[in-house]
Amino acid sequence: MAREHITTTVNGDPVEFLCDTEQTLLDVLRDELRLTGSKEGCASGDCGACSVTLDGRLVCACLVLATEVEGQKVTTIEGMAVGDQLHPLQQKFLDHAALQCGVCTPGFLVAAKALLDRNSNPTETEVRYWLAGNLCRCTGYDKIVRAVLDTAAEMRG
Amino acid sequence: MAAVEKIFNDTITDRETRDKTLKWVGTRAPRPDGVDKVTGRAKFGADTYLPNMLYGKVLRSPHAHARIKSIDMSRALALPGVKAGVTRDDFPDHPAGAVQPAGEMVINYRDMTRNIMAREKALYEGHAVAAVAAVNERVARQALSLIEVDYEVLPHVIDVEEAMKPGAPLVREDLITEGVEPVPEEPSNIAKRVEFGHGDLDLGFSKADVIIERSFKTQPVHQGYIEPHACLASFSEDGQAELWCSTQGHYVARGHCAKLLQMDVSKLRVTCSEIGGGFGGKTVVYLEPLALALSRKACQPVKMVMTRDEVFRASGPTSGASMDVRIGATKDGRITAGEAVLKFQAGAFGGSPVPAAAQCAFAPYDLENVKTIGFDVLCNRPKVAAYRAPGAPLGEYAVESVVDELAKTLEIDPLEFRLQNAAKEGTDSSYGPKFGPIGCVETLETAQSHEHYLAPLKPGQGRGVASGYWFNIGGQTSATLNLCEDGSVALVVGTPDIGGSRASLTMMAAESLGIELDKVRPLIGDTSALGYNMLTGGSRVTFAGGIAVHGAAADMIKQLRERAAATWDVPVDDVEWHGGQAVAVNGYKDQEDPMGLLDIAKDMAKSGGPIVGRCSTNAQGAGPSFGCHIVDVDVDKETGRVSVARYTVIQDAGKAVHPSYVEGQYQGGAVQGIGWALNEEYIYDENGKVENAGFLDYRVPVCSDVPMIDTVIVEVPNPTHPYGVRGVGETPLVPPLAAISNAVENALDIRFTELPMSPPRVLAAIESVG
Amino acid sequence: MRYEAPETKGEAVSLLAMAEGSGRVLAGGTDLLVQLRSGVVKPGVVVDIKKIVETREITTENGGFRVGAAVTGAELDEHKALKKLWPGVVEAVELIGSTQIQGRASMGGNLCNASPAADSVPALIAAGAQCHIAGPDGERTLPVEEFCTGPGVTNLQTGEFLVSFSLPSRPRHSGDAYLRFIPRTEMDIAVVGVGVSLSLDSNGICVAARVGLGAVAATALLVTEAADALIGTSVDEGAIEIMTSAIRSACRPIDDKRGTIVYRTRVSGVLAGRACRIALQRAEQS
Repeated sequence: MAREHITTTVNGDPVEFLCDTEQTLLDVLRDELRLTGSKEGCASGDCGACSVTLDGRLVCACLVLATEVEGQKVTTIEGMAVGDQLHPLQQKFLDHAALQCGVCTPGFLVAAKALLDRNSNPTETEVRYWLAGNLCRCTGYDKIVRAVLDTAAEMRG
Repeated sequence: MAAVEKIFNDTITDRETRDKTLKWVGTRAPRPDGVDKVTGRAKFGADTYLPNMLYGKVLRSPHAHARIKSIDMSRALALPGVKAGVTRDDFPDHPAGAVQPAGEMVINYRDMTRNIMAREKALYEGHAVAAVAAVNERVARQALSLIEVDYEVLPHVIDVEEAMKPGAPLVREDLITEGVEPVPEEPSNIAKRVEFGHGDLDLGFSKADVIIERSFKTQPVHQGYIEPHACLASFSEDGQAELWCSTQGHYVARGHCAKLLQMDVSKLRVTCSEIGGGFGGKTVVYLEPLALALSRKACQPVKMVMTRDEVFRASGPTSGASMDVRIGATKDGRITAGEAVLKFQAGAFGGSPVPAAAQCAFAPYDLENVKTIGFDVLCNRPKVAAYRAPGAPLGEYAVESVVDELAKTLEIDPLEFRLQNAAKEGTDSSYGPKFGPIGCVETLETAQSHEHYLAPLKPGQGRGVASGYWFNIGGQTSATLNLCEDGSVALVVGTPDIGGSRASLTMMAAESLGIELDKVRPLIGDTSALGYNMLTGGSRVTFAGGIAVHGAAADMIKQLRERAAATWDVPVDDVEWHGGQAVAVNGYKDQEDPMGLLDIAKDMAKSGGPIVGRCSTNAQGAGPSFGCHIVDVDVDKETGRVSVARYTVIQDAGKAVHPSYVEGQYQGGAVQGIGWALNEEYIYDENGKVENAGFLDYRVPVCSDVPMIDTVIVEVPNPTHPYGVRGVGETPLVPPLAAISNAVENALDIRFTELPMSPPRVLAAIESVG
Repeated sequence: MRYEAPETKGEAVSLLAMAEGSGRVLAGGTDLLVQLRSGVVKPGVVVDIKKIVETREITTENGGFRVGAAVTGAELDEHKALKKLWPGVVEAVELIGSTQIQGRASMGGNLCNASPAADSVPALIAAGAQCHIAGPDGERTLPVEEFCTGPGVTNLQTGEFLVSFSLPSRPRHSGDAYLRFIPRTEMDIAVVGVGVSLSLDSNGICVAARVGLGAVAATALLVTEAADALIGTSVDEGAIEIMTSAIRSACRPIDDKRGTIVYRTRVSGVLAGRACRIALQRAEQS
């Protein structure tokens, strides 16, 4: 069967790919575009490891059909650092040891950035509820929340 | 101590001296693999692709217990795009009792070959029955639907006590219990009975003023790693193979796969990817032998990744348990006797962690009279795999609950009660060996004076404490330090990094060599790079890896001194290594300029060739780690929901090489414990099928469920490690179950003896009392 | 599987009618994609309605609002006026899943998936929401409490799809609230869900009330006996107790992996009382 031809923007760059209609955005990011920073933890929207933004909205890439992103803007973890400059969140995650195995980290970073883009002064509770869709099994969340709050404070200046 | 001196003439004085001038060890240094992980560059198990790659998928039994009468692959193999298929016929059998040493473990390959691919029977829902490799996932899934399996469904059994009853469906028809005298005549589901202890229980109980006896029940839980099992296997036509996989032990995986595929170990090269969580669940192989077998047939690379559903149904969730504990004490708070009977589900094959549970359950206490008995029981569930201090969380849940009840009955503060009975250096442990220096008392005393313990509770809240213990292990470990021409150093280790250990190992290497941290680059080599490395587990890497790294540094330093001595034409005994440089001493002091790594490296070829520091060891003397947790809970009495309001972990690390990552282990284990205590459980239907095989209904804690987890690192140095390190990774999961249960009891005056304490159970208990 | 993204209601209706039952509507996809991946549904065509303007707009209507069926939870949360008028409805939608789910999930999808535990439905029932449906025979309107007819089953005929909702205007001194019980703090399917909407007169007496109850029967329920217990009272604790008892009597739950019959029945009463008090407070302040 013929594959669909999709034109979209990923991390600011124009991108084209072929996909089956059953493939999700996550399948395509990883298997077609080899952007493996977004991870599959569950394929059902329960773990947040595949978090990306779609036209500025935080979503799970496993719950978006690849065909739906025609003409839209996708941003992934690979677009977070600019050249060799890490985003402040990425640096703070390192400084605070907010990662152990690191597999959930891309999802958390994309989700946390989406929070700080909207709310520059979140409370601890707001951070925790915003990130409730991102599962971490290693850290117990403590250092992740501290890193996000510290980044918010730093970015407020 | 003997092991340390044997490797490199290090003494306790050397360690204490080193401790006073540490530059890297004990600091929060940058993590060498950190940037790749925050940018998404790091490659985990499913992140690799090879040209001409196929996708493998597994057909799994829908039945909890069934005889497999026939498997017909013909229609599946005829589907265009399918390149290979495997069943039980493709894996040789290993005779009954084929128990082999494999590294440090003793492995029953008869069981393992049946676990990776069912033979006579499907023994659990999700058991692998066949596998195919095809050009894409869609075709592979379609092929599975064309495989015809003729099952004869059999009665199944899940619950451990049901499985122990005479007349229970037998998982293995010829299993005779080990460890029982006289040897039973009839088969049963009881694989083994173990017993530990010393003293005279009857005498001990006769001296008690109060005896408390309770029975406990827990449900199976899963390690819950976010990254599903994944691998990529590539076989060449000449029988050599490469395997890339997410694993806690690539040497162990290599050994298992080679055995299962009947090939020389050296012909299989295994590279460990970055690993997205393991906690013990990735110390075994599931997909790897299947991917290799498919690749061998197709002569194309085969990638296999578990779905989340498969992870829950078909990897190695832990035992559910039934436990009886009886403890007696005098009215002034001295325990006179302790007894426990632990019955653990092993799953489809023997080997639950009941022996470790039996050994650890009473470990925090100095007891004259103690006995623990464990039963390892088969049932129609997956073979249980390790989960962070395997067995100990359960055993200590039971014991620490009864200890708490005793303290309350005797009106003694729960920490004071534990202190009065605490194990110390020289105590005969409940399972045999005498303890060396340990931090049990220190963690309890720290808890007693901690601000959390002294803070007043809000109305309706409850507070609980519990102790925990894990032995930790050492094991076979190899490390190499390669001196590069420019004086920088490549450190090659063989233990997958599951939590940041490569940072600690790099720090110890830089410390031992006396050089700048950023001059050491760590690499986790594949299996071809080093001598054998036991898997990452048992909280052993910072301990044993540290010994190996320090040994490799000592070996390199010896060579560096020799080269400097030759350059200066000075006896090598008059050359020492200080602050990262060779310096002439004694009679030659100040006669030569010191030589650093760059000075020596640039002339390596002339002075004798490459300089490589090596150390291979079977590290002994791992120091156990004791912990004490304090937790405050709120209980909504109208809905039964328990929330954790405050949590503090206090644990002995010996020496925290990187305090941030030690704190991280404490916090992560505590939150896993919160999940286990309050919400996580496997739910089976009447056919033995799992109803909640996903993160929606298998409820791990989310970010908003937990507060900040405060930590205190206690340091009682371990004399067998150059920096005093004790493993820390596992003990954090041991106290939470009891600590939280004790807190709920404090809030409600209701003792829960079943886990999880989910809202329906809590509300039902509240309503039956009030 | 074909993917189509029509730009008008008519085109969508044609595609669904031609598919003769093997078509599935795609809005946020947070239910559909999970079902596709697990093989529970195998549609011949997926009809993405997000390009149809009427499904994506929020417009004022007779003092209330017309809300497109594919408007996302995140967009609803950002609509200050709608949140002010119907805080209970918006908070119910906001409880669906995680922030990521909120970026895609819609009220329309939540209703059409017809899970007995859907979070938005008890609140929509309490609000007296109307469903606007387009189909081969034209357009029709249906009260939301009649939309779901069983678990996973709706009133929609072949070729029909849900275009938008109407949320009515409110008299002064009106308030609504939705509460659900879940074991964790987020990410769970509701074990029980209760939506309460009420209006008071200038003396603080309840003159109108509607109560929706979810996750305790094959569909979400409109519990008229619970509302009757409040009407004509000052919504004091005595009235709430009678309402609570009516709620418990209306429960027809099952035992499943998310809750037991006993537990759901018990907790439904607790939540009804709590939701009622919040709705009352909002009514007094409005």
